[in-house]
Amino acid sequence: MNPEILITQMLYGCIGLALFLLGIGSFILHEGLWRRLIALNVVGSGVFHVLVAVAYRGLEQTPDPIPHALVLTGIVVAVSATALALAFGRHLEDQNDHA
Amino acid sequence: MNLFLFCFDLLLSLTLLALAVAALSSRDPRRGVILFITFGLLLALVWARLRAPDLALTEAAIGAGLTGALMLGAARRAAPRFDSEDSR
Amino acid sequence: MRPPSLLCLLVPLLLLALGLSLGWALGDGLKGYSGERLAEVALELVPESGATHPVTSVLLNFRGYDTLLELAVLLTALLGIWSLGPAAPPYPPPGLVLASLVGWVVPLLIITGGYLLWVGAYAPGGAFQAGAMLGAAGVTLTLAGHPTGGLPAEPWQRLLAALGTLVFLLMGLGLMALGSGFLIYPKGIAKWLILIIEATATLSIGVTLIAAFLGGRPMSLRNRSR
Repeated sequence: MNPEILITQMLYGCIGLALFLLGIGSFILHEGLWRRLIALNVVGSGVFHVLVAVAYRGLEQTPDPIPHALVLTGIVVAVSATALALAFGRHLEDQNDHA
Repeated sequence: MNLFLFCFDLLLSLTLLALAVAALSSRDPRRGVILFITFGLLLALVWARLRAPDLALTEAAIGAGLTGALMLGAARRAAPRFDSEDSR
Repeated sequence: MRPPSLLCLLVPLLLLALGLSLGWALGDGLKGYSGERLAEVALELVPESGATHPVTSVLLNFRGYDTLLELAVLLTALLGIWSLGPAAPPYPPPGLVLASLVGWVVPLLIITGGYLLWVGAYAPGGAFQAGAMLGAAGVTLTLAGHPTGGLPAEPWQRLLAALGTLVFLLMGLGLMALGSGFLIYPKGIAKWLILIIEATATLSIGVTLIAAFLGGRPMSLRNRSR
């Protein structure tokens, strides 16, 4: 494979990996639904970023469509999970208020 | 090796990382969410550069826009609670 | 409320180990393999799939299962949100400028959604982007004080949210009954089957996103239960 493409893939792949690790670290260390939800979304973005980087085939060539399809479904699942988590959080706060 | 393109890649990547760190280390929820929206928009830009325009479109609309709106909306509804949390 | 210091020491170590092993796997995966990749096979088959845009044909033809289950996940998340309680109170009514801006933006978003749905067959676009546009239109309406974000009455919401999964599933089962296999489209009509699935999926994704943003059971049900 063309070394230039490989370097780009590696650069963006490593950035995606770094995002993933940062998100996991923040998820473990920080408290509160807010910071954890943002951390979880950053973890997801990191995974998507790795997939997009792996699919890259240079500026002239069509990228690999399969990781793209995976990421596309993943984004929508991530937002629905976030909405569900927020609904759970709101419900928990209401319960605590009543208790 | 296209040096200009590589510098552009490097700049985009470092900005992305810096935004992620800023969003994750912010103590104020609203600030964190807004930084996260910025992060999502920049991520969409990076994906457009990686020849994934459909993903960029979806990420800008859903990942940044809708997630951000969800979190900001919930922040507004829970605003008094967060004020008391900040003053603790 | 500082986390204990042992945790602060152990977590970076764990992350370092995880990062090193994942980085090695990434590097190895990028340059270690030289045989035929799945991408080539997929790109070769794209002209036969009923959509000329590779991502659309992967989403709805080659990996149709994946997309079906993804729609089911969306539906499940929405059921979870609805079962947790009523929707939050609506936003206050907007000022004059915002109201007239919303009157311009929402029809534009809906038209853009329709365009993206149609163009998805041969260019970047498709059900997810179009659904996102519909969702954005609904969120804009909600933020401007509309109590249901432009969604119809509660029974219609339920129908629309389930429609994408239902049509996709019925299509798969119907094709199976006709002897063609689950979600294996006959070549001649694949384009139209994909378009039907995409159109219903767009509606479902849009409605689900708006309902998820509202964050609770629809209004009419709440009124009836009290």
